[in-house]
Formats: sequence, C-alpha cells, structure tokens
Amino acid sequence: MAIRILINLARFAVTYVVATVVVFLFMRLIPGDPAQIALGVNATPELLEQTREQFGTDRPLIVQYLEWFGGLLRGDFGTSYLTRTDISPMVLDRVQVSLILVLTAMAVALLVAIPLGTWAAVKHRSFSGVAIGLGSQIGVAIPGFLAGILLVMIFAVGLGWLPANGWTAPSVDFGDFIRRLILPVVALASVQGAILTRYVRSAVLEVMSEDYLRTARAKGLSKNGALLKHGLRNAAIPVITVTGVQIAALIIGAVVIERVFVIPGLGSMLLDAVGNRDLLTVQSVVMVLVAITLILNLVVDILYTIIDPRLRRSA
Amino acid sequence: MMRRKNAILTAAALATAATLGLAACSAGAGNSAGSDGETPTTATIALTGPPTNLDFTTTAGSAIPQALMSNVYEGLVELDQSGEIVPLLAEEWTVSDDRTTYTFTLQEGVTFSNGDEFTADDVKFSFDRVKTDWVSSLKAKMDVVDTVEVVSPTEVAVHLSAPSNAWLFSLATPVGAIFSEDAVDDLANAPVGTGPYAVGSWTPNESLVLDTRDDYWGEAPGVEQVTLKYFADATATTNALQTGDVDAIANLQAPELLSSFEADDAFVVTTGTSSGEVSLSLNNRAAPFDDVRVRQAVLYALDEQAILDTAWNGYGSLVATYATPTDPYYEDLNDVYPYDPEKAKELLAEAGQENLDITFTVPTRPYAQAVSEIVVSQLKDVGINASIKSAEFPAVWLDEVFTQHDYQMTTVLAVEARDILTAFNDPDYYIGYDNSTIAPIAAEADAADEAGYVAGMQEVARQIVDDAASGVLFLFPNITVSKAALQGMPENAIIEALDLTNLSWQ
Repeated sequence: MAIRILINLARFAVTYVVATVVVFLFMRLIPGDPAQIALGVNATPELLEQTREQFGTDRPLIVQYLEWFGGLLRGDFGTSYLTRTDISPMVLDRVQVSLILVLTAMAVALLVAIPLGTWAAVKHRSFSGVAIGLGSQIGVAIPGFLAGILLVMIFAVGLGWLPANGWTAPSVDFGDFIRRLILPVVALASVQGAILTRYVRSAVLEVMSEDYLRTARAKGLSKNGALLKHGLRNAAIPVITVTGVQIAALIIGAVVIERVFVIPGLGSMLLDAVGNRDLLTVQSVVMVLVAITLILNLVVDILYTIIDPRLRRSA
Repeated sequence: MMRRKNAILTAAALATAATLGLAACSAGAGNSAGSDGETPTTATIALTGPPTNLDFTTTAGSAIPQALMSNVYEGLVELDQSGEIVPLLAEEWTVSDDRTTYTFTLQEGVTFSNGDEFTADDVKFSFDRVKTDWVSSLKAKMDVVDTVEVVSPTEVAVHLSAPSNAWLFSLATPVGAIFSEDAVDDLANAPVGTGPYAVGSWTPNESLVLDTRDDYWGEAPGVEQVTLKYFADATATTNALQTGDVDAIANLQAPELLSSFEADDAFVVTTGTSSGEVSLSLNNRAAPFDDVRVRQAVLYALDEQAILDTAWNGYGSLVATYATPTDPYYEDLNDVYPYDPEKAKELLAEAGQENLDITFTVPTRPYAQAVSEIVVSQLKDVGINASIKSAEFPAVWLDEVFTQHDYQMTTVLAVEARDILTAFNDPDYYIGYDNSTIAPIAAEADAADEAGYVAGMQEVARQIVDDAASGVLFLFPNITVSKAALQGMPENAIIEALDLTNLSWQ
C-alpha cells in the first residue's frame, strides 16, 4: 500500500510540473498585452515599453517561467500586474470561499443522494423508485446557473426571504454568512444531488445482483439486512470515485454560480483576471485548481485502498 | 485500519451535521442594517467595472477616478453638474493678460487624510509629478505647464509655455488631483487626498469602503460611510437593489431592466447625460473608408434614432460629434447627415462601391452587442454587407483595433470628457483621421480667449463632421436608480468622478 501511495505521489508531482508548463505557454499564446490593458486607450509606444519592463513581460519566456515556477515552489505566486498586491493571500482568501461553497453543496448533495438513490434501487419497481429515477434525470438536465437564476427570482426578488447575491465571511457575521450561502448551495447541490442519486441507484442495483448478497440472504439475513451489512460498503466504491471527480467538476462549475450570486471565489477571480490579462494571477489560480483536482484524485485512490481490501494486496 | 476509517467517517459525519444544523438554526436570523426605522448613516452604491487598483497615475480606465476623484482626491478646481469650472481647493484665481500665468489663492486649513497640511508646495509637487511619474498619455495635458512657482504657502503661480483653455479644464480631471509628497509610495492600495472621504477598506474586484474624515476642511458629507460595490452583471445589480443589498445603482448598463423600478414608488430613476459617446469608428486610413464618399454614405445610411430606440430602449440622446451638450463649444450638428438611404446609395455608386463587403469589429460589451445587429441591417439596405467580428474587450479589441489599427469599422464607448481632439487631432490615433486642416484651428482656439476658444472648437467640430471622420451613434445616458429615500446621487456623469459627497437620507 505504501508503494501504491508513493507511485501516486510521484504521478502527482510530474503531472503538476507538466501542467505549469502548459498553463504558462497557453497564457502567452492568447492575444492581448497586459501592459496595453493597464494603459488602455491612453497608451503611447514609450509608455507601453516602460510598462512592459515594469511587468517583466519583455523578458525571455524561459526567464519568466523559471521565476514564476521558483515562486510556486516557495508558495509565492508573485505580484499581480494590475492590483499591485501579492497574489498568494488573495488566492488563499478566494480558495476558502470556493471550498466552503463547494464542500457544503457536496455534503448536502450526498445527504440527499445516498438515501434517495438507495431507496430508488431497492424499490426500483415501485412508483416511488421510478419517480426518484425520473426526478433525478430532470435534475441532471437543468444547468446550475439556470437553477440559480430561478432560485433568485423566486426566493430573493419574489418572496424576499433570502439575499439575491453577495458573500459575508463567517467570521464577520455568521447568520448573514448562512443566509447568503443557502441559495447558491441549493443551486449547486440540486444538480449534484441528481447526478449522485443516479450513481448511488445504479451502484446499489448492481450490488443487489451480486452473488455474495445472495449468499448472505441464504444464510438468513433479510434483503435489507444483507444490503446494509455487505452491500452498501461495496456500492460505496464507485460513489466515492464519482464524488471525488464531481468535487473537482463542481469547483469549475461554481465559476458560473459565483458569477450569478456575486460570490468572491476562485471562479470570479479567474474570470476577472483573464479579462484583464493579469497573467500571473490567472496562472496561479489555474495551478491551485489543478492542485485541488490532483489532490482529490489522490484522496480517492487512497480511500479506495482503505475500503477495498483486495486493492491493498495488489501492488 | 478499520478503526481509523471509522474515525474519519465519524469526523466527516459530525462536520456535515454541524454545518447543516447551524444552517438550520441560523436561517433567517440575519437582519440588514437600517431597517429599524432610524435614519441610516451608510449607503451602498452599485457600480459596474471595478478598478484594478487605486492608482490612476499609472493605470488607465475611468473606474479609478470615478471612485476617487471628488471623494478622496480634490483638485484646485472642479466641474459642476452643468459643466462649469468652479473653485475647489483654490479659493479663486487670476489670469495674466497674456493668459500664460494662472495665480491661485488656496483654501486655508486644508489637511490630507494622513494629517499633512495642504500648502502651495503640494500643488507644485503634484503638478511636477505628472510629468515625471505618471504612466499614461494623460500626462500630456500638463505638457503646457512651464514652471510651477510657490509664491507663499497659500499662493501658487503656474506659468504656461503658451495660453491654453484646455489646461484649466484638465485641472478638474485626474491630472489636476493634489497629492501629498509623503503619501505617494503605495497609491495603488493606499490613496491619500484632501477630499471628504478616505479609503476605509479595499477589496479588489469587490468593494471599496469610503469613510468620512473628521478633519475635512469643507462641509461634511451627509452619509458617514459609503460602500462602492462592484457587479459584473446588470441583472445581479438590479437584484441587489430589489433585495436591499445596495441603496442605489450608478450608471445602470441595461435599460431593459428599468421598467420594474419606474413603476415602483420606492425607487427613483433618473436619466442624466454623460460624456460617453457610443462611436461608430471608421478606419480613415484603410479601404474602403479612406474614401470620404464611403464614410458619408455610412452616415446617411444610419437612422440613429432607430438605433437608439432598438438598442438602448430610447435612453440617451443623439449627438453627431464627440462634443456633448455640456461642453461649452457644443453645437447641434445632427442635421448634417439626415437618414437618407438613397443619398447613401448614390455616394456609394459614385465611389464605385456598390455591393461593398466590410467587417464590423464589435467589442464584447453590452452597448456594442446591442447596436451591432441594427447597424448591420441598416447598412445592408444601402448595399453595404457588414459581417460582425466579435472582439473580446478590452484585451483583443485594444490589441487589434487600437494598437494595430487592424479593422475597418468598430464601435466603442468613448468616455473621456472633452475628447474630440484626442480622437481626431492625432493621425496616429486608431481612427487615423487626417488632422492637417483642424490642427492649426485647434491650436489657435486653445490659445484664444473664452469666445475665441468656443468659436474655434466649433469650427473644428464642423470640419470633422464635414469630413465624415467617424460616426457617433448616440450619447450614452447616465441611468441612476436609487431608493426614494436616498437623495443626492449625481444625475449627470459629465466627468469621470462620481461625486458622492452630496448623498443624504431623507
């Protein structure tokens, strides 16, 4: 198992380094000169030259890359061209916001999906089981931003129960933090919940047809008892994988939700930075997203090994 | 192994339960300030387009001066809502007979927000610094200044190398802002000025909090704390006003969202004027618009009223040049090119350009997207086939259109006040207008007295229109929506500054 984890860690490091090169080069390929954007329509060639020098974008690409990469290793993302402040603390702030949003949404989605999906599988021939299957299918088809806009129209603008947008840090005003969290979390969780419900349902259905469950029942356990004692643990494996993948997808998907709800997370930071060609900020945010995705993969892999004893022996 | 897994699962379960449990008890418990019947002392204003930092001496765009001029920074003079130059940090001023020396008498007892006293030395420091430290072509507005002479702590004489009407006006814009010598190290994050507000806190791309200063030299503002909140999306902005998160929207960019506010007594909608022209810029240096007949044909082919009605719900006004009704030299030139498709076709035939194919580069901005389709359809009626090419704004638009001049026709909101010479008195500007005729007239007008200035600039404007140098589709309205109880939102945006010092609650 230790070897397995070591291999995973090595893969993690290599992927990360390759990603830095790709991200760096892509940012240099898109049109738009940061100096030009900072100066806008008031730019003259001399001022542009002066500003490029100040930003360091006039230096050879390899020098720019190595400097940035060296900073990354030290946890220092550098100074934003445009805001003239250190990027690291800003990204840290934004990561917290996005993670709170996404993890809460994921927790809510799982809390809904596990019982609903299991129920839908166990009762897959009954009316309620079919209804859940159908409902989750509709849920999957509704884009999160649309759900967000509808929620705002109904609960914020229409009924006035909750704020339409904005963010308050929990340390500032916890009540307000929760009030502002509810709608975006519901928007994200409803779609996620639907996706996960379908996964849980099919995972449990599959497990129910396995031999060991029949054996357990032959030994005298009830259908539900057998499922609870032996089935759910196995059904959990594909669900964990999908949860890991979905958390990564959610962080990316939250970009739109952050826009709809004016939430200062990584997503809105990324959009603003791309629009302004604040290259260092874009690169840094993207690398944080890459890191989160890779770490999730790592965690999923390790959890796998823990839950499924067969994997512990192989490798 | 088993025990560890249980521990992890238990911790996860507890964390989830805690989050949800807290969510359940706290929901609805929050309460917004100001709903207890007392007069609020704070106001939150929604804006679009956040400043990237707070230093307008090295960063372009109107967002920074919009937030800081009048509120945090003050100049010797300012522009009132009708466009008149009025005194601010200068009590009064005299102009020498040869119009090259301006002597300003300064207000006494003025301090900066860091406690420094404001004196004539600060004026000299600030004006000199424009030439040395500003990174923006705006600095050229100070080129005409020869020397700044400190006569006494409250008197400063500015010697110009030549008479200039434009210069005094410039003093009311950001280049005239007065800085303290001790406080220019971190302008991007910590601005220090003599204005009634000081920056309380600043979260890039989110919000800027302005707090009143106890030691302000003038009359204290009616609202103690103003928060500027930045929104990327017009719908999010109106939602925030409707749910009480903001108290007013300055310059709403989506007139189609106005109807619900106009019908509601709790809100007041005003549509003032602005200095922003929605241009239809033609590349004078490239075919086919290097031919004056083709440019004129475009102007005859467009029905600007119909464009305004379709694209911007009729909000805004029609001007045919970069001069606006609040400029002293404004003259109504809307009749020069009436809507006349037949005339347009004739001109195109004369130029040998029937069935012309052009590219219309449209920046990704709401106003630009809104006008593009109708402009294309009106041009099609006279035989000009314009195909729309979308250009991401600002990055791609600045690069292709503005820097490389690689375009035929484009549209952009030209926000700078009194920018007619910026756009047309420079053949290297992206429009590429041949300024040989207007340059001497403009120079003479700048050096003349007030009447001569007005007459000369009118001649310049007429010449530009005669040459059909470019079109102006409409003058951008300044649409403000505020809670009915909030008074004093500036109605017009004739200069970059959003002056919030007159806000008060009823």
